[in-house]
Amino acid sequence: MKARHKRMALILGGLAALGLIAAFVLNALNDNLAFFYSPSDVQAGKAPQNKVFRIGGLVQNGSLSRQADGVTVSFVVTDTAHHIDVHYKGILPDLFQEGKGVVAQGKLGADGIFTASEVLAKHDENYMPPEAAKALEQAHQAGSGNPDAKTVTPASPSPATGK
Amino acid sequence: MSMINWFKFSAPSTFYPLAGRLIPVFWALFAILALAGLWVGFFVAPTDFQQGEGYRIIFIHVGASWMSMFTYLVMAFWAGMGLAFNTRLSGMMASALAPTGALFAFISLWTGALWGKPMWGAWWVWDARLTSELILLFLYIGFIALTHAIDDTRRADKAGAILALVGVVNVPIIYFSVKWWNTLHQGASVSLTKAPAMASIMLWGMLLCALAMWMYSLAVALMRVRVIILERERHTDWVKELLAKRSQ
Amino acid sequence: MYWNSFSDFLAMGGYGFYVWGSFGVTALVMVLEPLLITRRRRATESRLTRQIRAEARQEHA
Repeated sequence: MKARHKRMALILGGLAALGLIAAFVLNALNDNLAFFYSPSDVQAGKAPQNKVFRIGGLVQNGSLSRQADGVTVSFVVTDTAHHIDVHYKGILPDLFQEGKGVVAQGKLGADGIFTASEVLAKHDENYMPPEAAKALEQAHQAGSGNPDAKTVTPASPSPATGK
Repeated sequence: MSMINWFKFSAPSTFYPLAGRLIPVFWALFAILALAGLWVGFFVAPTDFQQGEGYRIIFIHVGASWMSMFTYLVMAFWAGMGLAFNTRLSGMMASALAPTGALFAFISLWTGALWGKPMWGAWWVWDARLTSELILLFLYIGFIALTHAIDDTRRADKAGAILALVGVVNVPIIYFSVKWWNTLHQGASVSLTKAPAMASIMLWGMLLCALAMWMYSLAVALMRVRVIILERERHTDWVKELLAKRSQ
Repeated sequence: MYWNSFSDFLAMGGYGFYVWGSFGVTALVMVLEPLLITRRRRATESRLTRQIRAEARQEHA
């Protein structure tokens, strides 16, 4: 085999290998790079059974309660269609708030309660001064007459619609 | 613009002095834009309703992330030009861009970690956005390592070009990851298809900083490509004349 | 102006470590990169100049 042919074969082989890797990576991404499952996914049985996984959604308004010890909390994660009770013992991130996005990692018990070992806050992509946020919320409440309005702007998608 | 002019422009001997004249222009623009961007970012833009002062990391994080993706596209473009037309300058441009792109990918990941810890509660998570940006950094490092490992510059350029072109698939994956998959990372605040989800003065600060990074990248990549031109064209008469003039 | 004092500015509402950690490292690498390129350029120029002189001497000899 001539040197030129050898080099060509090497380049083609490398290219094929890279393409194959890319195909595998894309495939893997497609299958299980969903960072979390929504309560509806869990309801539909899409979440892994008896394994640690993450659920994501919004913290339902009025659902957060703290135990007497101050570090054990329970709250409800909702995607508006379905919801899951979550128990967690630990420190909550700064942005953890009722009505805002959350991702919790843990196991789903037989009783339907999700025991979280880690809770992350998922914030939206809106940035504005506090006065503007307040004005928007007031306008939103006046417009819809719904004091439980959970999104600050109508344009902000709920984290549960990611799929 | 005819093809002949274009190829003349891409001759290293023509491009070298042109780049030399452009570098100070880009540095000056960088200085103006960076000062303006930092001024707006720290002294004009108000605090954020959710993240307080912590959101100010956005003024570098977003620009650096954009630069890391855009620089990769430009690098892949030059790599493709090199494969298609066998022009000498193309490989040099790709090699000059890679370290700067890697640097911005690093800044994006670094500032992202420092932002994620206080806001999300984690320095790092393996969600699709963060993972694909990390892959981008590895692609840059892979390109640099591969092209340095091969002594013959023509072959090094070719091998690097193939890697760069294959890696292009990763750029749309990064960009759309927050739409295609459930991620911890939020969606885009600024995109071509909808109104920006930011107060306009915050947006201005971010855009000024991003433009400053553009100017920085142009200046630095041109500085590096001039060194690469000297190294690769050292046997040509014009480089010998240039260096003889300098040393007198 | 949002900052009542310089220490207020440094504190960044409690996020000082994260904000200055981001801006500091970014500034550092953006200063280092052009410096490293300039150093590489000087090294390349003097190396090539020496080579050219050596070649010229050989031709004369």
